[in-house]
Amino acid sequence: MKYLCLICAEKVMEQMPQADADEHYEEYREFTSNIRKSGHFVDCNRLLPPSAAITIRVRKGKISSMDGPFVETKEQLGGYYVIEARDLNEAIQVAAKIPGAARGCVEIRPIANDAQTLDVLGLD
Amino acid sequence: MVEESEQDFSKKLEQLYRNEFRRVLATLIRLLGDFDQAEEALHDAFKAALEQWPQQGIPENPRAWLVSVGRFKAIDKLRRDSRFDTFDEIPAQLDIFIVNPEDEQDECLEDDQLRLIFTCCHPSLSVEAQVALTLREICGLTTEEIARAFLIAPKTAAQRIVRAKAKIRDTRIPYEVPAHEQLPERLNSVLQVIYLVFNEGYSASSGHVLARHDLSAEAIRLGKLLMELLSSEPEILGIVALMLLQDSRRAARTTSEGDLILLNEQDRALWDRDQISEGVALVKCALSLSGFGAYTVQAAIAAVHAEAPSADKTDWREITGLYDVLLRIYPSPVVELNRAVAIAMRDGPEAGLALIEVLISQGQLEDYHFLYAAQADFHRRLGQTDQAILAYQHALKLAQQEPERRFLQKRLAELHNK
Repeated sequence: MKYLCLICAEKVMEQMPQADADEHYEEYREFTSNIRKSGHFVDCNRLLPPSAAITIRVRKGKISSMDGPFVETKEQLGGYYVIEARDLNEAIQVAAKIPGAARGCVEIRPIANDAQTLDVLGLD
Repeated sequence: MVEESEQDFSKKLEQLYRNEFRRVLATLIRLLGDFDQAEEALHDAFKAALEQWPQQGIPENPRAWLVSVGRFKAIDKLRRDSRFDTFDEIPAQLDIFIVNPEDEQDECLEDDQLRLIFTCCHPSLSVEAQVALTLREICGLTTEEIARAFLIAPKTAAQRIVRAKAKIRDTRIPYEVPAHEQLPERLNSVLQVIYLVFNEGYSASSGHVLARHDLSAEAIRLGKLLMELLSSEPEILGIVALMLLQDSRRAARTTSEGDLILLNEQDRALWDRDQISEGVALVKCALSLSGFGAYTVQAAIAAVHAEAPSADKTDWREITGLYDVLLRIYPSPVVELNRAVAIAMRDGPEAGLALIEVLISQGQLEDYHFLYAAQADFHRRLGQTDQAILAYQHALKLAQQEPERRFLQKRLAELHNK
């Protein structure tokens, strides 16, 4: 089973003092290298800050766009991991070691693998 | 030596994983004193096996190899993490560095699963948590499979397991088999868990494969282990008998295509006579002891079926009588439904239909496809085709398992062709 781990925190890297950000990056280097070794790693990346976000809607064929993320919250989406785990509890164990979990929080979302989704998305 | 293909080798490894991971995990929990660390160590040990065995070959005692590699991987991690810990945290973990040769002897390893069962079924955990934890840690079900078996959301099951493990750690629930005087009261939840595991193997809650034999075999094995420990407890005999008698019909209950065959249409020559005689002997023994319960009565019902030479010659009076006893010990709408089926066999489908209509009017078992499948069957036997079709369609909407769905579809097709 694949799980998406969304990392949320009050501050993204750009908003941290450089020394803090550097330390945090190193924590991510170690964590990411560990889950590559353990075989849980599928994909990951960091997201640029919400100030770079733009939200669009299409209504009656017209695009309207708004600055900012879809939902404004105190905690911002800062990055993600896609991991492979045998079940949700193993995913929780792996996600608990994401450095961002100790500063903000991590939302774990199981990735759909039903036949219809796989077919529609051309993933089977 | 004949060179093995890579595919054969990975099949062998998979088999080994299925056979060994529970025992290895149970031992690692004892050695490491922590569920999460033990699971990680298990994962790392099998990862190492996957990397090393193709070159070096499978070791003579793979279980001991996995335990020892898992232990050293965990020690490695503790060493690496220890730079973040304060000094006084380290001594508590020191004893895992000491290798005691007795730790890895087979007898000690065998007991680990029993220790794990009683720890997972500790009364300070909620029953739901006990069941979820046991299914995951001892039987190796995934969180998602547990959620399906209990009709709850995976996240609910996951939280139960996380909280249960945290409670075991925080309240220092001991990793041991309870003292003799505590055993009986600790037993009920263990039995419930074993039977749920058996059923998960006997008729998996969803998916394409009806029977996952290894799980049922594991449940029977665990039941027999308990039986050795507590031979005077009738319900252990009862539950093992029940599992054996149900398992004896395994070969007869599906076609080679995996389609369901109902009890009355099964080829009784395919029933496993050894399992039946073992089960029947256990039922007799359990019934002779005081304090037998629902498992023993269900086993007695299964024994009446098992000893009938054919479906027509089944003693339905005896069976309905046993269902009356069962309903007194364990009142539940599912038992009422089964009793209704037995009464329909004794007195005819109208009698069964009347009882099912009572259940429906009470709003019982609304989501239970067997209720509508039974209703459909009674209508069908009474020649009420339209009502039978409606009920089969209702059952089909609720059924999740492929073989059950195919069975209902087949019945529907037969009725449409009338």
